[in-house]
Amino acid sequence: MTMTSFGGITQPAAGQRNNYSAADLPFEMRLRRARLGLLVGLIGVLMIFISFTSAYIVRQGLPTLDQRTNALVRDWFPVRLPGLLFINTLVLLLSSGSMELARRQVIRQLPLARTEPGPNDSLTLDKGIPWLTLTVLLGFSFLIGQWTVWRELAARGVYVSTNPGSSFFYLLTGTHGVHLLGGIVALLVAGAATFLRRPVESRAVVLDIAGRYWHFMAVLWVYILCLLEFAR
Amino acid sequence: MTNGWRRGRQRNNNMATGEFAGHVPHAHAAPQSFIRKWVFSLDHKVIGLQYFFLALTAVFVGMFLSLLMRIHLIWPNVSLPLIGDIKPETYLSLLTMHGTIMVFFVLTTAPQGGFGNYFLPIQIGAADMAFPVLNMLSFWVTFIAFLVLLGAFFVGGGAPLHGWTGYPPLSALQSAGPGEGLGADLWVLSIALFCIGALMSALNFITTTLDMRAKGMSMMRMPLTCWAWFITAILGLLAFGVLFSAGILLLLDRNAGTSFFVPLVVVNGQVAAHKGGSPLLWQHLFWFFGHPEVYIAILPAMGLCSQLVSVFSRKPIFGYKAMVFAMLSIGILGFMVWGHHMFMSGMSPYTAFAMSVMTMAIGVPSAIKTFNWLGTLWGGTIRFTPPMLFAIGFVSLFVSGGISGPFLAQPVLDIPLHETYFVIAHFHLIMGVASIFGIFAATYYWFPKMFGRMLNDRMAKWHFWFSFVGTYAVFMPMHYYGMAMGLRRYSQSTEVAYMHNLVPLQQFITAAAIVTIAGQFIFLFNLFWSMKYGEKASDNPWEATTLEWTTATPPPHDNFGGITPVVYNGPYEYSVPGAPRDFVMQTDPATVAVGD
Repeated sequence: MTMTSFGGITQPAAGQRNNYSAADLPFEMRLRRARLGLLVGLIGVLMIFISFTSAYIVRQGLPTLDQRTNALVRDWFPVRLPGLLFINTLVLLLSSGSMELARRQVIRQLPLARTEPGPNDSLTLDKGIPWLTLTVLLGFSFLIGQWTVWRELAARGVYVSTNPGSSFFYLLTGTHGVHLLGGIVALLVAGAATFLRRPVESRAVVLDIAGRYWHFMAVLWVYILCLLEFAR
Repeated sequence: MTNGWRRGRQRNNNMATGEFAGHVPHAHAAPQSFIRKWVFSLDHKVIGLQYFFLALTAVFVGMFLSLLMRIHLIWPNVSLPLIGDIKPETYLSLLTMHGTIMVFFVLTTAPQGGFGNYFLPIQIGAADMAFPVLNMLSFWVTFIAFLVLLGAFFVGGGAPLHGWTGYPPLSALQSAGPGEGLGADLWVLSIALFCIGALMSALNFITTTLDMRAKGMSMMRMPLTCWAWFITAILGLLAFGVLFSAGILLLLDRNAGTSFFVPLVVVNGQVAAHKGGSPLLWQHLFWFFGHPEVYIAILPAMGLCSQLVSVFSRKPIFGYKAMVFAMLSIGILGFMVWGHHMFMSGMSPYTAFAMSVMTMAIGVPSAIKTFNWLGTLWGGTIRFTPPMLFAIGFVSLFVSGGISGPFLAQPVLDIPLHETYFVIAHFHLIMGVASIFGIFAATYYWFPKMFGRMLNDRMAKWHFWFSFVGTYAVFMPMHYYGMAMGLRRYSQSTEVAYMHNLVPLQQFITAAAIVTIAGQFIFLFNLFWSMKYGEKASDNPWEATTLEWTTATPPPHDNFGGITPVVYNGPYEYSVPGAPRDFVMQTDPATVAVGD
């Protein structure tokens, strides 16, 4: 064992001393920690949507007093989902696919980068289809599509306060949109890492995490769509 | 017994050698500038201190509000300096802000954000938290949340009236009262921000505990403080997201005209523009958060108390595994009992029965913990140091406050008692004061490590007796006041005929509160005086075994001065037969051969 004991604390022998720079952490260790952090973070996000789902189902079943007839009636009117929403879904699923390709692309570059002489060769490694750029574009298209859906509903006179069904529609799509925007920011950070000639390993960690988050957002969206379509 | 102890030791060593949790070097160098070192610091120790001082400020604000309420209760017609006349709605504002500040910015912030941040990484042998930037952000979001909350005092209409539980429709309608305009918006915003900070913090605590333990620091060798912070973080992760969602819905009800929580309701003779919402929906969401929140406040104190009774009895903790599993089961059961806050809501008696049984089931792990503390104390060589006094005080308050839990857990008793001071007495003793005693114990215990000096012993003991006798004098009479149907949330009782006989009781409580609050200034003075003039502390003044006592005082930027600790022993190796001293450090490799 190449350790020496010092006052109850074991000290690495000479040459094993720790180096205090983020980039010097072993890649696998950084990746494992980031993935664990993401998993924990996603549980937090999940709890938000579980709460909304619970409120959705409870609110749906509540009666209200009709002042004219003095009878209890339901005030829940389901929102007729615009067709564009399904096109948006397709765009998001496609973006999830391109995200996966972007993630795999950078993982493939890793062994290559490790054999290169310096850490700043990431730009030279970026050959092939720009999957990351495509994912960002598809992500923005999805958000613009969702905004258009909101405009379409508003044009139909369906606003956030129109009835509980529409309130939940705006709430769920809006909250999902904000979370997806967070994913886009992460992808832009990954893109900036390329631009700033950061080591490919740093970029791989960000892309891996952003990719998994992105897939989660796609699955979450399909879930929300099913909730809006089938639990009316 | 010795053989059993040796077998346990052997097994632990095998576990340790087979398990390497992956210690990693510190990810950022020590900052030099004032701003990066003390303001926007990434160092978990500085962030821990920031949380600590935030909570210290908050607790004095919260305490001041309670003082105003106590004075008003016995002299309702006295006009107070700065405040003026206290109207019923002013009283409700004081009540709301006192509860919110104390629950969120003291009981949640100090034990977890403060001491957890400072000592979790050190106790598991890590150089920092897993995500230092996130850690910094979580503090600053919490800090902004506190400022936003205080802002509610200064806007038109003043602070909200709806209590810390924010029940709609009162909390959801802008026109429901003077504080329910902008003040209530700021309140909801503050809570939502606090949730974001707490979620980020929980993420960090969980990842750090799972991924950054030093070599040999298996989960079952962690000090019980670390277990408590870890379980608290899990509770926070699952609970704060729900409160955040509820807060968003409430904000929409207040500002976007939705009706999630507001039914058809008439306010000041006008039909409000809402219908069909359910105030009970808020109560379900709120208490799904709110009950685990009780454990978020008290679990760290339980962990610390376990640590301290062992350290200062010079005995291993009685039933380490039982303590871990008791905390885990308290955490799990805590999510299944929220309905006991809603027995008054007209819920189905079958649901109430289920919630009642689950609630009383929490008594089992709680009793396991209490008996294990007593078992640890039994036959120990007890050192009555200030942290130990507060730890014993915690056990006492936990029992006294906990014993009224099974009363309130039964719908048939809760329904008459719910609106009375009996409930105030119960939750203040168990959630408020017991947790505060945990915070005091932590301060007295870790102050030498944090600031390099000892707190003055004599002042500390005066502070203990003021606090211990004082809190009992304040909260025990409230049980009787409650049983005599003394109603809570009412700003005046002196003018109510059936309460006339109880006025002396209220006067006694206020007098006791004033004395207890005065005692807290001994603590405040001691804290700042000792930072400068206290006796210099050695690296291990309490002769404790855990990793924070192996490093310099105060710990260097990377906690262990560039060296990586390796753990060979459990955290409670006191009075070990055959060992040269009466304690064996977790990092002490000499004990590996004991018993072989």
